[in-house]
Amino acid sequence: MLEQLIEYVPLLVGVVVAVGTALGMLVLNAVLGPKRTNPSKHEAFECGNPSLGPARNRFHVKYYLVALVFLVFDVEVVFLLPWAVEYRRLLDSPLLGGIVLLEALLFVAVLAVGLLYVWKRDALRLD
Amino acid sequence: MLELVLIAFAKCVFLFLAFLLGGAAILSWVERKMSAVIQDRIGPNRAAVFGFTAFGLFHPIADGIKMLFKEDFVPARADKILFFFAPVLSFVPPLLAFMAIPFGPPVAGREWLMVSDSQMGLLFLLAVASIGVYGHTLAGWSSDNKFSLMGALRTSSQLFSYEVGLTLSLLGVFMVYGTIMPQAIIGGQSELMWGWLPRWGIVTQPLGFILFMLASIAETKRAPFDLPEADSELVAGYSTEYSSMRFAMFFLSEFVGILLVSAFGAVLFLGGWNIPFLAGDAWWVVLLQVGAFLAKVGALVYLQMLVRWTVPRMRFDQVIDFGWKYLIPFGLLNLLATAVVLAVWR
Amino acid sequence: MTQERLPMPDLTCREMLLQMGPSHPAMHGTVKLDLRLDGESIVAVDTTIGFLHRGFEKMCENSTWNQCFPYADRLNYVSPAINGVGLALAIEKLLGIEIPERTKYIRVILSEIARIQDHLTAIAAAALELGGFTAMLWAVEARDYYYYMFEDVTGARVTLSYCRVGGVRNDLTPDFRQKFDHAARITEKLMVDIDRLLTRNRIFVDRMRDIGVMKAAEAIDWGFSGPCLRAAGVPYDVRKDDPYLVYDRVDFDVPIGDRGDNFDRYLVRMEEIRQSLRIIRQCFDQMPDGPVNHPDWQVTHPPKSEVYGTIEGMIAQFELVFRGPVVPPGEVFRSVEGGNGELGFYVVSDGSGRPYRLHVRPPCFAIMQALGDMLMGTMVADIIPTFDSINMIGGEIDR
Repeated sequence: MLEQLIEYVPLLVGVVVAVGTALGMLVLNAVLGPKRTNPSKHEAFECGNPSLGPARNRFHVKYYLVALVFLVFDVEVVFLLPWAVEYRRLLDSPLLGGIVLLEALLFVAVLAVGLLYVWKRDALRLD
Repeated sequence: MLELVLIAFAKCVFLFLAFLLGGAAILSWVERKMSAVIQDRIGPNRAAVFGFTAFGLFHPIADGIKMLFKEDFVPARADKILFFFAPVLSFVPPLLAFMAIPFGPPVAGREWLMVSDSQMGLLFLLAVASIGVYGHTLAGWSSDNKFSLMGALRTSSQLFSYEVGLTLSLLGVFMVYGTIMPQAIIGGQSELMWGWLPRWGIVTQPLGFILFMLASIAETKRAPFDLPEADSELVAGYSTEYSSMRFAMFFLSEFVGILLVSAFGAVLFLGGWNIPFLAGDAWWVVLLQVGAFLAKVGALVYLQMLVRWTVPRMRFDQVIDFGWKYLIPFGLLNLLATAVVLAVWR
Repeated sequence: MTQERLPMPDLTCREMLLQMGPSHPAMHGTVKLDLRLDGESIVAVDTTIGFLHRGFEKMCENSTWNQCFPYADRLNYVSPAINGVGLALAIEKLLGIEIPERTKYIRVILSEIARIQDHLTAIAAAALELGGFTAMLWAVEARDYYYYMFEDVTGARVTLSYCRVGGVRNDLTPDFRQKFDHAARITEKLMVDIDRLLTRNRIFVDRMRDIGVMKAAEAIDWGFSGPCLRAAGVPYDVRKDDPYLVYDRVDFDVPIGDRGDNFDRYLVRMEEIRQSLRIIRQCFDQMPDGPVNHPDWQVTHPPKSEVYGTIEGMIAQFELVFRGPVVPPGEVFRSVEGGNGELGFYVVSDGSGRPYRLHVRPPCFAIMQALGDMLMGTMVADIIPTFDSINMIGGEIDR
């Protein structure tokens, strides 16, 4: 078990170094940068006008819809990934060689129908 | 174990600090100089050390120093914690993703020119790189500014839409070479077709390459897909309220992102470090191959900059439309075509 | 997509109030748009102008007629030469004098150069804000050659102060024609480049086509003029319909569009640049030699040798500077074709050397009123090309 995990050690080191770099830059900036504040500086930028209140209101649901559709499609693409990697070896296998292409065709057809559905349903229209 | 950690540490420090941050800084100079050449201007030429301007090469350094000495400012209504971590979250992932990129062939049986030779291969790259979207989205949301908020929503919608297209465009490559390990993909591309044509990804997957470039320009949020920070509409999009080093981190992450997709594209479609008809493990061959890899990355960066300074920006709904209604159908088509060709041409 | 939208369940959300401008990268010329947004779609637009108000009209009432010209240059600072020409024509109409032939040609040449500058700027701004930075800088580069020419003649690049009642300050420089030919060659070359970069660029066309539509009938109701009206298909051009100076002696076409959208306005402007070059070339060929100022010293300044050498000259100079040219009482309206449309000057004189009342009819004031209507139902991003194709000039609209 531990042997298998050892190959991920460099990744861990990388995370530490990268986050360290980022935090180091921020700390350096916090130390070196000036601190001069006044009330109008703290207002959110609204093109020089007095603020009309917080920005975090309920926003249009369509952006959320895009994220939902993405979730569905990304998962489906992830399903395609192992198939794609193993495709050539499966083609050569006597058992699955005949149906591996058919399978993918079916799967992609389902995907395409799904896409067509959200498309025609205007879930992807943001205007 | 300690040796492993130390080697990884040294590689990471070199890769992140020298190569990526230095590369991003130089890229900002390249961007300015290249746009200047395209637009009949002179470009940066003022920063000088002892009277030497070195074609304006000191500008990135001057910029960096300036950013360090600027006020690190947090708006009163911002969500302090998220506002603090959002730049880090957008800055770190593209750096990490680079760990899966091989800069050259294995030397003396070990992957010296690659930080992490894990079994995840390019899946790691894809997974880590897509975390970056959180950084930008949270930055926009936490600022409590309407322009930032719209920038954040645009970022998330746009990156989501092109993520699918990007992954689809890669599936064809994975099918042809039958692996997700970068070194193995480059190994597959090092072969020759009919004895003369390098079996590069761009040869076996031309449509895939085009789709990949389109999707990756969108993923790096560059024109014509620079909607999240469209300066004329949203002032500066998600980074409107950011100043000093935190702003610089968004800025750097954009350039590291360009380097990342270029390196990714070079590995997948341009044969990585492979130079056709050149093999062996002499030191000069390895050196040449590393050089070839960097040249390929440079070529793709050049292509992206050319696009950036040529075409105008799209409208947001057009971007989303393009992602879903062109990129993904064509990606599926490419996938099926590849499958059929591979099945017929066994 | 032209298909009908399928009914969606009513997903309500709160409309966002967004203040765009005055400090906003796209709201140049300084204007403020209060937007009500549903997602990114525009539900309501409220336009606020007046950020650049300097009291031009009131200032003129306290200046002699000639002192108004520097103020007038600051009306439309993108095509400054036309403003002075318009004001001079209005005053001369009230005076009832005929200016020398050569001056007429000089004024037309300068007006048309200003028009080229204006249209290049409008196209450049639209390209810039749509992300086409390169096209913008090319257009601005072409424009700069004309600024150099103005600099040669008047000593200033933008604030020319060149026109006078009854003439112009001085004659053109001897190498003006040569410099123009050079500039025109560069303009034509850069126009071809901009054309290639934008006109058939799918992204640019998609951003401009069918956005900010203003149909002919409505445009007339709003009081449109200039490229925005012509893009809607109405061939109204002051230069053709109420010719002034020598526009009836030169041959040029008035391009019109048919859809009245942003892209038509862009195309109309592109074609007008070419027509302006044509007009200027004809003017150079027809232009006679001769004086550039009206001979009457009641109206124009005497030459310096006369001022210092003769008593009449000195008195005339004194009177003109301290009292101003005497304009008979009355009121008059004269309009010229400005960069954005019909630029009108309504002048009232009470017989003194200063205007009793001076009013400007700025072309983009009428067009800006319609901005809200043009933007209704479009998206936030569509504000940019629409606003830019209107080419609002703060100095002119706020006065």
